[in-house]
Amino acid sequence: MRLTGAQALIKSLEVVGTEVIFGLPGGAILPVFDPIIDSKIRHILVRHEQGAGHMAEGYAIATGRPGVALVTSGPGATNIVTPLANAYMDSTPLVVVSGQVPTGAIGTDAFQECDITGVTAGITKHNWLVTDPEDIPRTVAAAFHVATTGRPGPVLIDLPKDVSQSTMDWYWPDSGDYDLPGYRPASRPNPAAVQRAATLLAGARRPVLYVGGGVLNSGASALLYALAERTGAPVVTTLMARGSFPDSHPQHLGMPGMHGTYAAVTAIQRSDLLVALGARFDDRVTGRVDGFAPDAKVIHVDIDPAEHAKVRVPDVSIVADCGEAIAALLAALQTRETADLELWWRQLRDWQRRYPLAYDAPQVDGPLRPQSVVEALRDHSPEGTIVASGVGQHQMWASQYWRFEEPRSWVNSGGLGTMGFAVPAAMGAKVGRPDRTVWAIDGDGCFQMTAQELVTAAVDRIPVKVAILNNSYLGMVRQWQEMFYDERYSEVYLSNDVPNYVLWAEAMGCVGLRVDSPDDVVPTIEKANAIDDRPVVIDFRTDPAEMVYPMVPAGMGNDDVVVHPSQGKARR
Amino acid sequence: MTPEPLELGVGRAEVTHHVLSVLVENKAGVLSRVAGLFSRRGFNIYSLAVAPADESRRFSRITIVVDAASAPIEQVVRQLDKLVNVLAIDHVNESSVIARELLLATVVADAARQHEVVRLCSAFGAEVVDVSSGEATVMLAGHPDKVDGFEKLLAAYEVTELHRTGLVALPKLRSPLHAVPQLAATAG
Repeated sequence: MRLTGAQALIKSLEVVGTEVIFGLPGGAILPVFDPIIDSKIRHILVRHEQGAGHMAEGYAIATGRPGVALVTSGPGATNIVTPLANAYMDSTPLVVVSGQVPTGAIGTDAFQECDITGVTAGITKHNWLVTDPEDIPRTVAAAFHVATTGRPGPVLIDLPKDVSQSTMDWYWPDSGDYDLPGYRPASRPNPAAVQRAATLLAGARRPVLYVGGGVLNSGASALLYALAERTGAPVVTTLMARGSFPDSHPQHLGMPGMHGTYAAVTAIQRSDLLVALGARFDDRVTGRVDGFAPDAKVIHVDIDPAEHAKVRVPDVSIVADCGEAIAALLAALQTRETADLELWWRQLRDWQRRYPLAYDAPQVDGPLRPQSVVEALRDHSPEGTIVASGVGQHQMWASQYWRFEEPRSWVNSGGLGTMGFAVPAAMGAKVGRPDRTVWAIDGDGCFQMTAQELVTAAVDRIPVKVAILNNSYLGMVRQWQEMFYDERYSEVYLSNDVPNYVLWAEAMGCVGLRVDSPDDVVPTIEKANAIDDRPVVIDFRTDPAEMVYPMVPAGMGNDDVVVHPSQGKARR
Repeated sequence: MTPEPLELGVGRAEVTHHVLSVLVENKAGVLSRVAGLFSRRGFNIYSLAVAPADESRRFSRITIVVDAASAPIEQVVRQLDKLVNVLAIDHVNESSVIARELLLATVVADAARQHEVVRLCSAFGAEVVDVSSGEATVMLAGHPDKVDGFEKLLAAYEVTELHRTGLVALPKLRSPLHAVPQLAATAG
């Protein structure tokens, strides 16, 4: 069967099971958009390529399947650089296909030419410039293989226009025939290391299971649950791992790190054994590395060999998929008695009791407490609601005050910290899980970066809901200026009255609502939850003076965690 | 098992180096991926040499000399190994490696001094590869220590051009008894 390169690309995407493409056409990718008309793959036409990338990420995070985006050359490709970098930091499987100028024009500074494989080499797991249409099926198969195996991540296929226009004989490569001689994605847990880890775990008096996003990528939540129950050890879930272990479980201490709960932060600091499962000792978790968990031995489980000993040298290193490693640990624990953790739990419960998450009581007339808005959203939204967020204070409050009970219910930008992530990512999640209610908890600064995609949401019938915690400021930057720059507020005030979010939302084809007083919070949320034919935006007017607590100040150690002022100075 | 850092010669005695012999796919952009990884992770390259490694030209071998102080070598190797085009990495040390470097230098030497240059070359096993009335170009291929020594003595002359290739290295053959006939067969 003779196909054009463009037809071969779309057919290849169909073969690997693509159900949706997020994209925006342009000159160099035009040939590829023609066969989309005849394909069963749904295409969602975005308003900006950054939106396509974040939608594909939201889709991937919410479903576990790779997200696919299609953009043109030059500015189309550079506009999706931020999502690629974001997906690389958060290990999200993403396949981006970009158009390229014809092969003969490469290197001539042709119209809309950009060396996008060069630009994205450092922020993709791998990328390909396809120069022969015969290579298209094998390259697509390889791209999905690389994106989804080992430590997942984004890949990019750059497709010159003449390659998509010329013809080839259709084939589909045999499984494994990817022409990737240097790619060895995974190894099995080393049995000797597993035995040593099990011995350490059984003997530990103050263990902590430090859970990262790798557990979600591995689909290992049930095994993690079993390990927690078997050992009785406390569990902390990082920002990337929220939902991997139920927040309602009594062994869950919450999130560790810069804005983690006091109990989670301090449990790590005082632990004698840290079991890092698919976590990478990120600086937002460790604070000052030399003061991080000073008395703890470390078992590090991660599928990426380069994460081992990158930040903290482990006592036992298990380079493997989290699920396989936890299963092996559970088997090895069968023949071992674990230590009594009662004293440890007495200490942990005391920290939880003395320093719970706290905020000042809501004021009668407003402005609203942003934390109470998140709690109201949590309590009045359907079970199984998926939450997306941008980056900043609202993200921390969402992570702290939502109750995550299942995997893939939390969609956020962790490593790169990409403002503007929430709206498009929520849309991608909704496309992937249309049966779920999807709330974007956003800030006003973030919302203004990518809000135009709500036009896409209205036109393509993607009924997401957006809660803007609107304090008229770039709130997290404001908080740092308040704490570390003597309250000298430099370029953080946005505006109290512009834009008019209700009118803006309505103009984009959404329902626009505004809440100023605490009494209106719940009724407005219920009204929004009842709307399922259009996107909804609620402008919640919140208090600009609110700060995120607890906080480990930048450059300090976790022992210096600052709790809410009402709790005084934390004393262990 | 991690080889000890390699002390490389007089000129570089203050810095220790690791030598990585890296087998990669011979494809467009691979060298830039390797070099890009080093720069974005803050690993310093002291020298780098690359050429096709097999008759099919499907693979290339890159010999990278890494500044040992810039990053733990295990981290360099593991990050490098994640590059999809990288097939194998040998972290080699002096006792297990055949290391060579090539030097070309042009020195000012009138007819009267040219015999001195010839004598110096013959002492090192170097060659005079080009001569004019006032200059001579010399070449030495050898262990980096030897090349360092030669370079130091050349400094007695006015050196107008000097180019070193950087190190190339291959692991020593494990058993000469078995390896030699194989080599002979290939050569024949």
